[in-house]
Amino acid sequence: MQDPIYREIILEHWQDPQNYGVVDNADFDVTDLNPLCGDEIRITGKIKNGKLIDIGFVSEGCAISKASASLFTEKIKGESLSDIKKLGPDDVLEELGIELTPARTKCALLIYSATKQTLKSF
Amino acid sequence: MKDASWNDFPIFKNNPGLVYLDSAATSQKPQAVINAVSNFCETHNSNIHRGIYTLSHNATDLFEKTREKVAKFIGTKTASEIIFTSGTTESINLVARGYGNKHLEKGDIVVLSEMEHHSNIVPWLRLKEEKGIEVTFIPVDDEGILDYKNFDVNYSKVKLLAITHVSNVLGTINPISDIVNHFRKNGAVAKVLVDAAQSIPHLEINVKDLDCDFLAFSSHKMLGPSGVGVLWTKKEILESMDPLIFGSHMIKKVTKDKATWADIPDKFEAGTRNIEGVIGLGAAIDYLQSTGLANILKYEQLLTEYALDKFKTLKDVKLFGSKLSKNRLGVFSFAVGRIHPHDVSEILNRENICIRSGHHCTQPLMSCLGVMGTARASLYLYNTKNDIDKLVDGIELVEKTFKI
Repeated sequence: MQDPIYREIILEHWQDPQNYGVVDNADFDVTDLNPLCGDEIRITGKIKNGKLIDIGFVSEGCAISKASASLFTEKIKGESLSDIKKLGPDDVLEELGIELTPARTKCALLIYSATKQTLKSF
Repeated sequence: MKDASWNDFPIFKNNPGLVYLDSAATSQKPQAVINAVSNFCETHNSNIHRGIYTLSHNATDLFEKTREKVAKFIGTKTASEIIFTSGTTESINLVARGYGNKHLEKGDIVVLSEMEHHSNIVPWLRLKEEKGIEVTFIPVDDEGILDYKNFDVNYSKVKLLAITHVSNVLGTINPISDIVNHFRKNGAVAKVLVDAAQSIPHLEINVKDLDCDFLAFSSHKMLGPSGVGVLWTKKEILESMDPLIFGSHMIKKVTKDKATWADIPDKFEAGTRNIEGVIGLGAAIDYLQSTGLANILKYEQLLTEYALDKFKTLKDVKLFGSKLSKNRLGVFSFAVGRIHPHDVSEILNRENICIRSGHHCTQPLMSCLGVMGTARASLYLYNTKNDIDKLVDGIELVEKTFKI
């Protein structure tokens, strides 16, 4: 039986997160904080012709926040900024496909809110 | 101690199977404390001080008798040296604002330790910003012990030493009077503040033996209600301090132009205190004294040794701080492989095991330990070996879930 939260997909992305690292010559480089737990996430990325051509994240966060960052960056890499800006928090949570308590929802949405905030200036 | 005390705590009856390992955050309340609070509300409730009727006289009497009880509990005879606050945080703020802001000057050094709770760091950082005092930290070594002997500071400039008696993360018991002696021997003429929030629930405390000038602690960690804390200070220091909060009760006389302050302790207790909370604290002290702090500590030491032995068997678990039961209490901060502490407590919660995870309001200590946070289990008199066994099983389940 699969664990209700720590499903295969979460554990895989926790073990081997996609887009993990810092992008060279980045157009944006921001660090955001989850004040509840003090976990930090750093996002770097490159933008060309209105598209997010590269993105990387570095985090000390929990499995939920890491897996979510891995999945979300996979989803938005290569997409146009206008499409990314249309995404809402439910798109992130759907991708994870797990039921979360309000506290852990914040972990899952850290990558989303940080990215959203950063891309506002582009 | 389970037979003697476990039944005294209704939380366990109302939550069958609960494994409560978060007493360093807050303790559970014995029936006697709950009864004292409700009995006060049902039988004696009225505002204290200045009521010219019997009900208020009696309430005042109960409140002031608790002040005497607290004084005796920490080894002082002078009840007016006891100030009731909202908790340790407010008590330390009262020292920082009421004493520090008035008596510390630019360039004076306040010495803290790397294992302080944010409540004994932030008020001093604020004073550093405002007044230009210097704040410096005694380092913690790999065993979670304060390395005060090799600490380099301009001793003649040290005006305040503010340290925790017991670490809320590592459980280390700091040798307060040895540290104070070391500073005095090196020429420091400093006041000493002891944060006793983590020690007073477990250790017999006498302010004379500690050789301190200020002692701060909270009721809710020592079986009492939350929202009540204590600051003890010597009478002559209290008299030289400014109030932190201004308003009713703390005055002698008010005109349109000016107000003058009441005598201690009233000067520091503006407004209406948490009366039933204070009464509950009194009942908590009665409970601790009738059980006997020495008995509680002895029992907890057995549990601590048991837990330390169990931790040794968990090969992917890293325990921070001392692995010996000597000079430490039953507070265990640990990491399970590279699994985040929140994931650890999420899985333990499914087994009805309550631990805390995160930085425990000690971010400078976390940075010394090289982590963002830890998982923390902490013990008190109502815990049993069975609780520790369940924790160990829970940790094994965490490892299994994460396939490590």
